[in-house]
Amino acid sequence: MPNVVELKNINKVYGENTPNPTQVLFDLSLNFEESSFNSIIGQSGSGKSTLLNILGTLDKATSGDVVINGKKTQDLKANELSTLRNESIGFIFQFHYLLPEFTAIENVLMPYKISKKPITEDVINRANELLDIVGLSTKKNNLANNLSGGQQQRVAIARSLINNPKIILADEPTGNLDSDTTEQVYELLREINLKFKTTFIIITHDRHIAEKADRIIEIKDGRINLDIKK
Amino acid sequence: MKLAFQIARRFLSSAKKQTIVIILGIAVGVSVQVFIGSLISGLQKDLVNTAIGSTSQITVTNKDDKLLIDNYEVVINEIKNTSDELIYVTPTATRGGGSLIKDSSRKELLLRGFDLTEANNIYKFTNKERLISGRLPEQTNEVMLGIGFKNAYEKNNINLELGSTITYEYTPSDSIELTIVGFFDLGVNQVNELWGITPLETVFLINGTQSISSVEMQVKDEFLADSIALELDQVLESSNLVTTNWKIEQASLLSGLQGQSISSLMIQVFVIISVVLGIASVLAITVMQKSKQIGILKAMGLTNKDSALVFLFEGMILGVFGAVVGVLLGLGLLYSFTTFAVDQTTGQPVVPINIEPSFIVLSAFIAFFASTLSALFPAIRSSKMTVIEVIRNA
Repeated sequence: MPNVVELKNINKVYGENTPNPTQVLFDLSLNFEESSFNSIIGQSGSGKSTLLNILGTLDKATSGDVVINGKKTQDLKANELSTLRNESIGFIFQFHYLLPEFTAIENVLMPYKISKKPITEDVINRANELLDIVGLSTKKNNLANNLSGGQQQRVAIARSLINNPKIILADEPTGNLDSDTTEQVYELLREINLKFKTTFIIITHDRHIAEKADRIIEIKDGRINLDIKK
Repeated sequence: MKLAFQIARRFLSSAKKQTIVIILGIAVGVSVQVFIGSLISGLQKDLVNTAIGSTSQITVTNKDDKLLIDNYEVVINEIKNTSDELIYVTPTATRGGGSLIKDSSRKELLLRGFDLTEANNIYKFTNKERLISGRLPEQTNEVMLGIGFKNAYEKNNINLELGSTITYEYTPSDSIELTIVGFFDLGVNQVNELWGITPLETVFLINGTQSISSVEMQVKDEFLADSIALELDQVLESSNLVTTNWKIEQASLLSGLQGQSISSLMIQVFVIISVVLGIASVLAITVMQKSKQIGILKAMGLTNKDSALVFLFEGMILGVFGAVVGVLLGLGLLYSFTTFAVDQTTGQPVVPINIEPSFIVLSAFIAFFASTLSALFPAIRSSKMTVIEVIRNA
């Protein structure tokens, strides 16, 4: 399988211009294959979230290359990065980050609207289908605020899929959900992975969950400590 | 664009109370502006009207003030052809130094001969509040007197009746019989006690010459009187005639008016500034409130430009509603002011109000632009916000 994401010698230093700069990532290189299901584990402060943010082009590496879909992201302009994120990456965050002013289906459609393509029957059907997959077709017109935590997280998952991204980055997607719901959400992500061939890179601190992935990467003190492929 | 507008609209409609408060804030500013502006411009107009609305605004005389103006018809034509701004022009022949005599009671009279149709447009002798009784003189030897004459003679138990004749002795040895056809009250005692108005021909007859003493006129826009006077000066230079205008004669009134205009402008400017500051600060807070949403939108690929547009649109939407509500509020205020604050005796509003549609439209536009402008800083803030900043602060 070809690589969909490549990290080459990534270093990340915070507070470069201060007397006490902190290096978070050390010369880290990683590749992720297409349609793989990966988990990244590590303790708080290990640098895993920073790694994910750099992967998602939300943060810039101090040095090193991030190649997404064959594109070097270090040289891209802000607008090009926005387009890349919009088209190729879906995000699922720990705290859902739905727009509370919008309904479930409007939230799902948001990345598509950001792409400025005309809203067609097809895309609305797709949004409905995605809401159906996450089991929320009856709640699609509820405002995001009127959904439970688990429901919001499932809307966020549907939203991350609307533009058919190659990669989904998830940062503790079940971090504040109970264990039953956590289980359901992982089942769901797995299903999507199989159905849409989407590459998943998931940060979690839950080893039990991590073990369900095809590959487990452990980050310790900004370096790769463990990299197990099943 | 479309998405930014949709998001802006949704942000505003989901925080209804806050939105209504901001709109009211803008509206109050606009309404104060409309109200104060209309009030001051009304006062201004009323004052100008009272002071110079019923008097000669530009007067042409001979350079040598002892000399008269000959060939007046030619001069009048020349004057009329100089500017379209001149609306009323009358030749004026004056005869002073004589006395009215009735039953051996004498009173000094300044006889003013006019082209009465034009002069009536200037002095408004036949306006309801100015015409005490009778009518304008129509024929030679007919005279309309100031109300002061009637009162003065009444004190001596002499009744000046309409249609009665009275003797005007203009030199110790010469006199003429005048028929009283009316009484006027121009609201100025000096004039009421001294003037009698009559057709030009009466004064020509007395003076024994067809020369006039001055040409009096009014202009469309009274504030252009000085520039038109200047034009006239050039045209009339060769005829040895000069002009004077109200801006020179009533310089203190003019500076008073200018002072009023400036203070009105200052009030309006400060109202706008406070509206701008108000909106800017509220929107700045909104950007902070919505930073999580902006962060997630940017993570999903919303461009910096679009994220700035969201807040510009918020400013515009607030501006439009604020302006509309403000204009309505301002008009309501003006309406209630003219309806309830009226002079009991005349039924007229205590303070005259001048509602100019163009001024109201301008106020609305200023509010709109001010709102948009004040959204600029929050918009820039939103554009510069990075996703990582939001995620870290979550």
